[in-house]
Amino acid sequence: MRHKLGFIFTALGIVFGGAMLTSSVHAQEGAKLGDDAGIYKEFGEKAGLVQIMDDFMANLLKDPRTKASFENADKTRIKEQLVDQFCYILNGPCEYKGAKMKPIHANLGINRENFNALVEQLQFAMDKNNVPFRAQNKLLAVLAPMHRDIITR
Amino acid sequence: MQKFYGRAQSVRAIALTAVLVGGTMPVTVHAQSNDFTTSSKLLLTGGITNIEGSAGGGLTPWAVIGGYGTRDQIGANAFVTNVRSKDYELRTSGALIGIYDRAELSFAQQKFDTRQVGGLLGLGNGYKFTQKVYGAKVKVAGDAVLEQDSWLPQIAVGFQRKENDRGDLLHALGIKNDKGTDYYVSATKLFLAQSVLLNGTVRFTKANQTGILGFGTNARDKYDAVFEGSAAWLLRKDLAIGAEFRQKPDHLPFKEDNWYDIFIAWAPTKNVSVTLAYADLGNIVIKDKQKGTYLSLQVGF
Repeated sequence: MRHKLGFIFTALGIVFGGAMLTSSVHAQEGAKLGDDAGIYKEFGEKAGLVQIMDDFMANLLKDPRTKASFENADKTRIKEQLVDQFCYILNGPCEYKGAKMKPIHANLGINRENFNALVEQLQFAMDKNNVPFRAQNKLLAVLAPMHRDIITR
Repeated sequence: MQKFYGRAQSVRAIALTAVLVGGTMPVTVHAQSNDFTTSSKLLLTGGITNIEGSAGGGLTPWAVIGGYGTRDQIGANAFVTNVRSKDYELRTSGALIGIYDRAELSFAQQKFDTRQVGGLLGLGNGYKFTQKVYGAKVKVAGDAVLEQDSWLPQIAVGFQRKENDRGDLLHALGIKNDKGTDYYVSATKLFLAQSVLLNGTVRFTKANQTGILGFGTNARDKYDAVFEGSAAWLLRKDLAIGAEFRQKPDHLPFKEDNWYDIFIAWAPTKNVSVTLAYADLGNIVIKDKQKGTYLSLQVGF
């Protein structure tokens, strides 16, 4: 029994210890994917991001789970800020000077369903613009922890 | 019998706790929603259904809660799985309900068909063992999908209560019980930047061949702690490939081996997933090298 438990904890240690080493993402307003030189190109650089955001916003306005959060907002400004934010995360030549995540989402009443719907619509927009799946996931890995500031109920 | 009764009581207590834990918090959230929506989890993040009816991989439960319900929603799945090796066949069907992405209740019925081996053993060709599995699982910490800047996995605890219908035969073979309960702790983590999902499960069990051959023996009626692991690589958001391992106890006169598989899972929509695997089940009773296919269909929301 003692031997078996030892084996189990060694195995768990390998599984999660190994995974820990390979994952070193720290995100607040979005950390740079500094170890990845080519990813900005995989998103089609600035022009690609602008197109992705146009498609993304169109999707959000069509989806009943996200529509309410965006239909009365300044859509042009949101898209510009998202392009800058994503460009910055993807090692592009941009600075993100937009608002902090937490205060701008504080009163929007966004729940987990709304948040996941937004992720789905971003995936659709990235698919439409031929962003490779693994590159999409690298970006989503930086964005996902923002749920703590965005989801308020 | 007294001891057994006591355990059944505690199982009921856990199930009740699971329901209560899952049921208390979200009531207020619901009151705010005008229309009831479903299926807001991201594709494939509810896992598939394991051969004992719990959400997970094919061989092992994961810490994820089955179905596509988020913490404001209910999700549910029904599944059928067929595992066919050289000499045996296991047909399983069942259903689960995921409650507010916090608790999961499941039921599965397994039919283990000995085919020609039944005849060789004097039981008759096509002799079958039927086992019912009642499961419950509660998420206790973490979030496998969203906490991408933390190494903390999603952690869940659960049990699988198993009842085998061949008590007389099992007792004649020196097996202690035709009923038993497995308890497990699972840790699941999606490493999104790497497109990799890992799961580790520790199961406390007395089951021989997952309970198809009963629980414990007259010589030894103690729990073993065994390890189960899954690794999946996401190829697309609707497609994953991977491998699994399930350590097994080995206390019967006929050798029992650890199980392995490699799998491909495809979810064309949130309502359907299909999983095909190649499994190596080792020696089962008098037939060694039981390799074969695992095919599973899941529908739900």
